[in-house]
Amino acid sequence: MASKLTNEEVYTLLKNAFGDKVGEMLTPFDLLTVEVAAESANAIIEWLKKDEKLQVSYLTVLGGVHYPEDKGREIAVVYHLHSLVNNFRIRLKAFLPIENPTIATITYLYVGANWMERETFDFYGVIFAGHPNLKRVLNDDSMDYFPMRKEYQLEDATREDKDDRFFGRE
Amino acid sequence: MGKVTLDAKLETINGQGFQLTSIDKAIGLARANSLWPLPFATSCCGIEFMATMGSNYDLARFGMERMSFSPRQADLLIVAGTISKKLGPVLKKVYEQMAEPKWVLSVGACASSGGIFDTYSVLQGIDRVIPVDVYVPGCPPRPEQIIDGIMKIHEMVKNESLRRRNSSEYKDMLGTFNIESDGE
Amino acid sequence: MSNENEDYLEEYKQDRLSHETIDGDLATLNLGPTHPATHGIFENILTVDGEKILDAVQTVGYIHRAFEKIAERRPYNQITTLTDRLNYCSSPINNIGWALTMEKLIGCEVPKRVDYMRVIIMELARINDHLICNSVIGVDTGALTGFTYLFQQREAIYELFEEVCGARLTTNMCRIGGFERDFSKTFWTKLDAFLLNFPKVFTEFDNLLSRNRIFMDRTIGAGPISAERALEYSFSGPNLRAAGVDYDVRVMNPYCSYEDFDFIIPVGSQGDTYDRFQVRQEEIRQSLSIIKQAIAKMPEGPYHAGLPEFYLPPKQDVYEKMEALIYHFKIVMGETPVPVGEIYQSVEGGNGELGFYLISDGGRSPYRLQFRRPCFIYYQAYPEMIKGQTISDAVLTLSSMNVIAGELDA
Ligand code: SF4
Repeated sequence: MASKLTNEEVYTLLKNAFGDKVGEMLTPFDLLTVEVAAESANAIIEWLKKDEKLQVSYLTVLGGVHYPEDKGREIAVVYHLHSLVNNFRIRLKAFLPIENPTIATITYLYVGANWMERETFDFYGVIFAGHPNLKRVLNDDSMDYFPMRKEYQLEDATREDKDDRFFGRE
Repeated sequence: MGKVTLDAKLETINGQGFQLTSIDKAIGLARANSLWPLPFATSCCGIEFMATMGSNYDLARFGMERMSFSPRQADLLIVAGTISKKLGPVLKKVYEQMAEPKWVLSVGACASSGGIFDTYSVLQGIDRVIPVDVYVPGCPPRPEQIIDGIMKIHEMVKNESLRRRNSSEYKDMLGTFNIESDGE
Repeated sequence: MSNENEDYLEEYKQDRLSHETIDGDLATLNLGPTHPATHGIFENILTVDGEKILDAVQTVGYIHRAFEKIAERRPYNQITTLTDRLNYCSSPINNIGWALTMEKLIGCEVPKRVDYMRVIIMELARINDHLICNSVIGVDTGALTGFTYLFQQREAIYELFEEVCGARLTTNMCRIGGFERDFSKTFWTKLDAFLLNFPKVFTEFDNLLSRNRIFMDRTIGAGPISAERALEYSFSGPNLRAAGVDYDVRVMNPYCSYEDFDFIIPVGSQGDTYDRFQVRQEEIRQSLSIIKQAIAKMPEGPYHAGLPEFYLPPKQDVYEKMEALIYHFKIVMGETPVPVGEIYQSVEGGNGELGFYLISDGGRSPYRLQFRRPCFIYYQAYPEMIKGQTISDAVLTLSSMNVIAGELDA
C-alpha cells in the first residue's frame, strides 16, 4: 500500500504550523525525520494527531539515544509515529541537555506511551514531566545509574569472577 | 510366585519368601521414580522444557506426570531460562520453600552461567543463589538433553544416603548460600 | 492513574456492587511472579472482591537481559543471536527482520527466490507461534487434549527448521543477503508431509474448541478491548486485529515480496479472548495458503545475494583462495565498513509489529539499536482489560494476549 502523503507535503504543513520549532527536513531511507524543539514536542505530536488530513494517530515506538559528544544536546528522545489511514510514517527527534533531560509527557495523548516513557527513563534518565507514574520499569528500583548511557559498560561493574586481562579489556 | 526383582541395578539378597536390601536403596528407588518436578521456566529454555513435557518426548514416562506448581509439594526444581538479578531472590525463596529432600536441575546456559548475557542485569548462574545438582548445557538444550539431565538426577536420587541431608557437611554447604536447612 | 484507581475503589466500596467481601474488606492477591497459571514470570498484584478483580498492578522486568545494550557491543552479524531470543516462539521472523534491516542499510537487493524461501520460513514460524498460544488458551480452559495434539505438529515444524539450520528454537537462521544454504530435498519432502498432515490435526483441534459450548462460554467476553482503546495503547498484530482494526505490516508496508501473495487479514469485533483465538486460528489457515502459494511460485535462482562483504564465502574457498579468506576474516571479526545511517524497518512478527530502529555511525557495531517489542507495548493494557472480570478470566486473557517474557522484558 503506497503512502497517500508525500514527505514534502507533510513537512510544509508542519513548518507552516510551527515555524522555527521545526528543524530542517531529512529523509533517511525515505522516512521523514524532523528535529523539533523539546518544549514543543508534545504540542507537535498533538497537532499531528488531531489534524484531520494527516491523522498521524498511532505511536509506533518511543525511545532515547545518547550522544555524549554533542554538548548541550546529549540525550535525544525519538518518536516514531504512523498514520494508519494514510500509511505515512514520521520520525520526530527532540534533543535535551544531560544536566536536565526534561520533556513533557505524551501519555495524555497515547496511553501506550506510559511504559515506553518509563523505559526511556529507566535507560537514559529522561524525566517526562507530567507522567503519572515515572519509575523504572525493567530494572530494579535500587539501581542508581542509567545503564544505556554510553559511559556505562555492559558487564556488571561489581563482578569478580572474570579477570579482564584474559578478555582483552583492561 | 516367581522371583521378584526390585530393580536390575539394585543389589538384593533373594531367598524363599524374603528379599533383603538396604532401606537407603529401596527408598532411593521409590523416590527416583516418583519425582515431582517444579518447573521454574522463565524464557526460551522454558519453551524447550514445554516440548519435553509435550507429547513427543513425554516426561511422564519417568514418573513425572504430575508437575507440581507449588514448591511445598515438589522434590525437583527445574530452572529453565534466564534468571535476572531481580528474579534471584524469588528463586531463592522458592527453593527455601521446598521440603527436603530436594534436588535442582539447571537447564540451559543462562541458568547455569548467565549464557550469552554477560550483562548488568543477569545473574551469572543460579549457583550464585542456590545449590545445583545437575547442569544441562545448551542454548537451549534439546529435549533429549533435558531428559538426560533428569536421568542423571535419577541416578543421584537412587544412590543418595538417607543421612546426607542431616549431615553437617550438607548444612555447611547450604550455609554458604545463606540458606537454613530444615533440619529434621 | 493511581489516583483514578483510588477513586474507583472508593466508589466501588460505597456502592458495594457485590456482597462477597468479608467484612467489607477487599482482598489483595499476588498473581505471580511464579504463579503456575501465568506460564512465565509475570507479576500482577490484584485487588479483588471475592472473585471479581477491581485493580491490578503489574511488575515487569524479571527477565530483563539488556538486549539493547548488548547490541551496541556486538558486530552486525552477531545480532541475530539476540533477535532469536526476543520472541523465542517465532525466532525466524525476528532473524529475517534483522537481516532485512541490514539489507536496507547496505542497499542490497536479494534474489526473488530468497524472498520466497523467507516467506515460507516466516509463515511456518507464525504458525508455530500461534499454535503455542492457542493450545495454551485451550489448556487454561481445561482442554488439555488440544495441547497434546498440537505439540506433535509443532515438533514437525521444528524438524523443518532443523533441516534448514540445524537448530530448533534459537534458529539463527537467516544471513544478511540470503540463507546459509539452499533448502535440502528432505526439507521439501518434510514440508509436503507437514502440509498434508497438519490441516487434519488442525481441523480436529478447531472442532474441539471453536464451537464448543464450554469454551465459548469461558472465552466470549473475557478480557475485551475496544478498537479505539487498542489503538491508543499502540496494539498491533493479532490482538489489534481481534479488536477490529485490519493493520498488518505485511500488507501496509510489504517486505519480502508479500505483495505477490493472496491472503486475507482476519479481524474480530469484540477484542475478547474468543476473538483473539479465532483470529489466530484464521491466520494459521492463511499462513498455510501463503506457504502453498510460495511453493507453487518458487522461482529458480541463487539462495543468496552476491554480497561478498557480508555473506560468508564457502568454507572450501576460505582454505584455497586468498580473497575469500580475507572476506571471511573481515566478516567474522566484524570489520566490514557499513554506511552511516538511521533506519526503521518493521516486520509482522508473531505478536505484531516488530520494529528495528537502527542508528549506524559506520562503526563495527550499531550506535543504537532499539527493538519495537509488541508485547511490551500491549501488555500495559492488561489491568484495564481484566478490570471487573474474574480471576479465571484474567488468566485466560493473559494467555490469549500471548505475552512472551523474552520480548516483554528485552
Ligand atoms: S540458555 Fe539460551 S535458550 Fe536458554 S534461556 Fe538462555 S538464551 Fe534462552
